[in-house]
Amino acid sequence: MQKIRVRYAKRGRLAFTSHRDFARALERAMRRAAVPIAYSSGFSPHPKISYASAAPTGVASEAEYFEVGLQSEVDPDWLRGALDAALPPGLDVLEAVEARGSDFAERITGSSWRILLPGVSDSTAAAAVEAFLAADEVSVERMTKSGRRTMDARSPVVRLAVTERADPAGAVPGEVGNTTPSPAAGGADGPCAILDLVVRHVTPSVRPDDVLAGLHAVAELAPPVPPKVTRLAQGTLTGHGEITDPLVVGGADRAVSGTPST
Amino acid sequence: MPDTATRRAGQSVFDRLEPLLPRVQKPIQYVGGELGAVTKQWDETTVRWALMYPDAYEVGQPNQGVQILYEVLNEQPDVLAERTYSVWPDLEALLREHGVPQFTVDAHRPVGDFDLLGVSFATELGYTNLLTALDLAGIPLHAADRDDSHPIVLAGGHAAFNPEPIADFLDAAVLGDGEEAVLEITDIVRDFKAEGCPGGRDELLLRLARTESVYVPRFYDVEYLPDGRIQRIVPNRPDVPFRVHKRTTMDLDAWPYPKQPLVPLAETVHERYAVEIFRGCTRGCRFCQAGMITRPVRERSITTIGDMVEHGLKESGFNEVGLLSLSSADHSEIGEITHGLADRYQGSNVSLSLPSTRVDAFNVELAEELARNGRRTGLTFAPEGGSERIRKVINKMVTEEDLIRTVVTAYSGGWRQVKLYFMCGLPTETDEDVLQIARLAHEVITTGRETTGSKDIRCTVSIGGFVPKPHTPFQWAAMADPETIDRRLKALRDAINSNRSLGRAIGYRYHDGRPSHIEGLLSRGDRRVGRVIEHVWRDGGRFDGWSEHFSYDRWVAACDAELPPLGVSLAWYTTRERQQAEVLPWDHLDSGLDPDWLWADWQDALSEVELDDCRWTPCFDCGVCPAMDTEIQIGPTGRKLLPLTPVNS
Repeated sequence: MQKIRVRYAKRGRLAFTSHRDFARALERAMRRAAVPIAYSSGFSPHPKISYASAAPTGVASEAEYFEVGLQSEVDPDWLRGALDAALPPGLDVLEAVEARGSDFAERITGSSWRILLPGVSDSTAAAAVEAFLAADEVSVERMTKSGRRTMDARSPVVRLAVTERADPAGAVPGEVGNTTPSPAAGGADGPCAILDLVVRHVTPSVRPDDVLAGLHAVAELAPPVPPKVTRLAQGTLTGHGEITDPLVVGGADRAVSGTPST
Repeated sequence: MPDTATRRAGQSVFDRLEPLLPRVQKPIQYVGGELGAVTKQWDETTVRWALMYPDAYEVGQPNQGVQILYEVLNEQPDVLAERTYSVWPDLEALLREHGVPQFTVDAHRPVGDFDLLGVSFATELGYTNLLTALDLAGIPLHAADRDDSHPIVLAGGHAAFNPEPIADFLDAAVLGDGEEAVLEITDIVRDFKAEGCPGGRDELLLRLARTESVYVPRFYDVEYLPDGRIQRIVPNRPDVPFRVHKRTTMDLDAWPYPKQPLVPLAETVHERYAVEIFRGCTRGCRFCQAGMITRPVRERSITTIGDMVEHGLKESGFNEVGLLSLSSADHSEIGEITHGLADRYQGSNVSLSLPSTRVDAFNVELAEELARNGRRTGLTFAPEGGSERIRKVINKMVTEEDLIRTVVTAYSGGWRQVKLYFMCGLPTETDEDVLQIARLAHEVITTGRETTGSKDIRCTVSIGGFVPKPHTPFQWAAMADPETIDRRLKALRDAINSNRSLGRAIGYRYHDGRPSHIEGLLSRGDRRVGRVIEHVWRDGGRFDGWSEHFSYDRWVAACDAELPPLGVSLAWYTTRERQQAEVLPWDHLDSGLDPDWLWADWQDALSEVELDDCRWTPCFDCGVCPAMDTEIQIGPTGRKLLPLTPVNS
């Protein structure tokens, strides 16, 4: 059975797509595109699709991944184009390659995120980041299905820094409209700090909102409007705090994000 | 809703909505962007419709009526149609706090900027949600307070056959099929705007009223008798018709919608490609408003159905097809349709469903054919009444023998679970009629066990409360009060469980009688009921179709506050039987049914006399065809569905 690994993006207003919503949309897209998808055998067959850890609902992403099993061989480039055309704009299929190398899940051990904080100045953000990094442990609470639980938001954080603003809105390439923070929201015209965050995948996972809760805990950082978060990359976290492309196999792993943490 | 900054008409409010979305449940329902959705430039269109289904997105998005009108309107190059749904209370509070108006999900434009707001009412329990949407949109609740800057607020759907309870909040209502009506209204609005809107809102409404198929409540006065009954309903200006007639779309093959189904990202109640295989029904069940107001029967041909299913699946990626109608097993070529579709999609993951509840063995055969590809999940039959006597009253011509034989055929065919649907509170109903349901259910299980030799068979008895509806023979009937309904339902539960062995195999589902009682008020209410609706809404009433939001006490309190000063009451509208001479609030709205025929059918019901179906027996003069200049359109065509050419081999 041919297996293909795919990277896709969740952009603009479709950042509000939950993982379950995406899974339903993908299965329909497979049927629209007439992809010869393999099904599990049994009483109620399920399509053979497995997902890497999904970005939270409301968070945009340039780096979501799944692996799909097929009944007959197809050209990965055809699959990429066909799926992209069959999904609504904003759920964009970016890459597809034959699955090779180690198990997909093992290859994805970290994520890099970009967090926009409209209404927060660089200096306020930098002070909070400094306090966060200086702490050995930052306890935060999160509501989970099994109730309130406490976790350490500090230890999985490999890198956290305020980034120089390359462009005022901090837009990610390829974002579709409707995403620029408005002046009323303290956006393009007001201050808008940008954080770069690299997190090691742990269980339970520590997500950007946990780190933001940590920034609130150590420095009372309280953004006036909800932050906008984008996952920029997922992959294997190297000892240098870089993230390598999980679709590339072999010695020539290329870094897709992150800078060495010195 | 005041705007903080000056802005262009039709400008997106998404920048103000987006920061609120992380704070609400299921934000995906508010972002749009579905496959099949249409985006157009505001300035490149001349007539702009906001189409609303007044319930949550998960219920409203799959609605066929809205999807069809959305597509029909957007096919016109100079027309823009966008959709809007009810926002849940969490987002409503945030929209109010941040001054964000009711918006469309397509391009997030303020609903108040459109020329028309068309609202489709499948049920009266959506009325409070209309008020929420109007208020959030910045449109005055009362039509009398609106000016030229506000959209024309127009109601459609089955509840529009008596829009009187919401008459104060509406500019207009359309009765019947919408496909052609919306285009005609669009033409009138287009011309009116091209002429520079001479005479303003009043003139536009007058032009709509002159079509004789758009009801404009403000042009009619209602006068009352001292005892509270209506004396008369008359036009208050010349040039307005005494009666407004329903619309009927003939030749469904010429209207093969939806062509580009909207495919939701959010989870909705029906995720399937649905095709209406026919419209209308002449079975003549006396409680059924849909069957009375959608006459005559108009079939879609087998080949059009096949083409629509093929295209619809390809465009949507759905793997479920629903063959919809009021009684799908009655299509003249239903055997060929199910056989042909089952052949076409055999071995694929496409499942076919036929929401038919007809009680006969043929229905089981159809279900077996459709289950070729999938599981035998469950079959539903609707005898509606527990005793032979009450089934004659409601004209549901099913004998007990038929029912037992049909259910046992299903058990023998491999179905393990059968659902039986009944109503409680029917006219002339006694405790004994309801208790008969238990005896029937026991008989079904006993015979089923004997025939299959298995104890692994179940049936579920599901009970709905009867609500008398306008334009039906039961429009004159008294409702049973909620206490009577609840007492009968409790007695029925005890009767089912009186035999423990059989009772264990029978599931029992029912709701208490109170929501139906309020639905009864809204169904047959007149303009005075509008005050109750507004009172309930101001008191926080929202989403009345949802049991977790519905408050009977709130409705009763509103009735007690608003109705006695007018000399009427909740009971006056619900549990009071009407006489033939009484002017009913919808008498000036013409569904085509001859009032004398309706009355005669009501008298037949009381005498337990049944009436056949005019598709197979001579016309019984219900009046619709001659009044509306329509005719029955049924097959057979003799055509067949050919195998599809596989795409992928």
